[in-house]
Amino acid sequence: MESAVILIAKITIASSMAVLYATIGEIFAERSGVLNLGVEGMMLIGALTAFATTESFQSLWVGTLAAMLTGGVFALIHGFFAITLRVNQVVSGLALTLFGIGLSDFLGRPFIGKVSLKFEPFGLFPLDKIPVVGQVFFIQSALVYPAYLLVPLAYIFLFKTRYGLQLRAVGENPSAADTVGISVFATRYLYTFIGGALAGLGGAYLSLSYTPGWKEQMSGGQGWIAIALVIFAMWDPLKAAGGALLFGFINAFQFYCQAAGLTVIPSYILRMLPYLFTIGVLAVITHWKAAKKRVGAPEALGIPFEREQ
Amino acid sequence: MRVGLKKRLRPLNWSRYLLIPASILMALFLGALLFLYVGVNPTRAYLEMCKGAFGSFYNFSEVLVRATPLILCGLSVGLAGKMLIWNIGAEGQLVIGGIAGSGVALFLSSHIPPPLVIPAMLAAGFLGGACWGLIPGLLKARLHVNEIITSLLLNYVAIMWLEHLYFGPWRDPAGRGFPGTAMLPDGAWFPRFWGTRIHLGLLIGLGAAALIWFLLSYMRWGYEIRVIGANLQAARYARINITRNILWVMAISGGLAGLAGICETAGIHYRLQQGLAVGNGYVGIVVAWLGKLRPGAIVLISILLGGLMVGGDQVQITLHVPSAISLVLQGAILFCVLGGQIFQEYELHVQHGKR
Repeated sequence: MESAVILIAKITIASSMAVLYATIGEIFAERSGVLNLGVEGMMLIGALTAFATTESFQSLWVGTLAAMLTGGVFALIHGFFAITLRVNQVVSGLALTLFGIGLSDFLGRPFIGKVSLKFEPFGLFPLDKIPVVGQVFFIQSALVYPAYLLVPLAYIFLFKTRYGLQLRAVGENPSAADTVGISVFATRYLYTFIGGALAGLGGAYLSLSYTPGWKEQMSGGQGWIAIALVIFAMWDPLKAAGGALLFGFINAFQFYCQAAGLTVIPSYILRMLPYLFTIGVLAVITHWKAAKKRVGAPEALGIPFEREQ
Repeated sequence: MRVGLKKRLRPLNWSRYLLIPASILMALFLGALLFLYVGVNPTRAYLEMCKGAFGSFYNFSEVLVRATPLILCGLSVGLAGKMLIWNIGAEGQLVIGGIAGSGVALFLSSHIPPPLVIPAMLAAGFLGGACWGLIPGLLKARLHVNEIITSLLLNYVAIMWLEHLYFGPWRDPAGRGFPGTAMLPDGAWFPRFWGTRIHLGLLIGLGAAALIWFLLSYMRWGYEIRVIGANLQAARYARINITRNILWVMAISGGLAGLAGICETAGIHYRLQQGLAVGNGYVGIVVAWLGKLRPGAIVLISILLGGLMVGGDQVQITLHVPSAISLVLQGAILFCVLGGQIFQEYELHVQHGKR
């Protein structure tokens, strides 16, 4: 019984990582005032880039870095339209998602079914010797460990440093930020890029570690779940980790039930669970926040900045 | 030197008619780079695409066949868009419409008088899609939950349910493992015209476009929808019931996508199978925004993108280039139109010297 609990906990961690990276990336972008609905597209492009680059360079880390770079560059497309051209950010983000799905499908055909290098789980000595905790948290793939640092660092950066304050100022009140000499455009471009890079990292995690290989639309909506988790987390990286783990747990529970042959719940309902669960959680959170009159979204989210001449 | 945007004193009117053609040209140029990347002569690829889409009467009829679900999905997204509601869930509503309509055909058609079978299927398809659209609608209207995310996530749920049905309880026992339901009974097949695959669905799509146009242009309710979309505060001030309007619009929007589902099932496939969820709902988003949410333009854009998709299939067959090229081109066209629109109201402004 205890091993089952540990197994579920391990899978929970593993299946929450892609969403976690993408969510934290989107938190950065949205905190600066840019709503990027292209996460799904950037993840897919990242996943394909990671797989293809790893194959040609025979290096997992080159693949991972390439995925982050490509994700970031794709985010800059949205950034150019949203920040410089000031177009409707919802349509631009959707266009990026469609473009990403199409492009990754188009360029990814030759890679379907290929096997390449992958990140194998390994014990992070000496932490993996801790009973239970070590087994759950510290026998994972190399792309999982950076997340343990990223979550607290992102929190500290956002809420405890001067740069984080500037970032939030740009998202809350760009005119005021501009007045005190912060470049709204540069800030927004920078964090849109970082958001895309983290979505790309999430994609790399999918194709190099979680489900090694390339398949068209392999992210299966995780980019959208990340966007939902940003609202759930109220634009806070620590809460985002909680949300991602919750999502991972639902996934792990589903895998466990299927593997153990538990037929109490039909398998198709189990597969729907992560999506239904996300919708339910979003409804509860939105309702609860509306009741407390605290929505928590950056004030200037989705609104282009135009300096008054 | 600084380059920025400056608002034009007067919007650039003449460019309105050039916007879409110019955007398509830009997108085709991007596509040409992709063709070069995969080692295919772009001129040859585009010629093949044109031949595939417009080379003969039959080919063009295939374009109209592909355009049929796009018209309905585009209207679905467009109607909600008029109220600034983002229905990204047309794909799922289409699937549920297909399930509901073919459920009627498979299990109830023997109890229905023959002339009423197809109307009953259409009603079921519409209602199925409407119910699926009402879920994000209710969440939005009652709890203020972001409809973009909920409607999108419900797509995955709908597709999983569809797979469950044709792999499981609705699977054709005589199908020898083919994943799909049994064929629909003869009386449930939509009539086809002129020896092509053009079917009743095209008329339904055109009729729906006319109805939505009439609704938005001439009816009080359509006016309310436009006011809510244009200025929410003004609508509140005029005592327009926003909650009720969200629910009705999401129901009809879902219903239109649902019609697309049953039309595809009963007009083309004649059974529920994997080919139902091929992304028409997502293309509907592109259609609606390229058509600027106007029903007439949505019909034209649907035919255009239908041509792109048929052309994409053609290059897959003859040049072995993945047909996903049409999705790439759609995304690129949408970006170009978005960017181009800005230059109607703004102009490039170059400032010399440091500020």
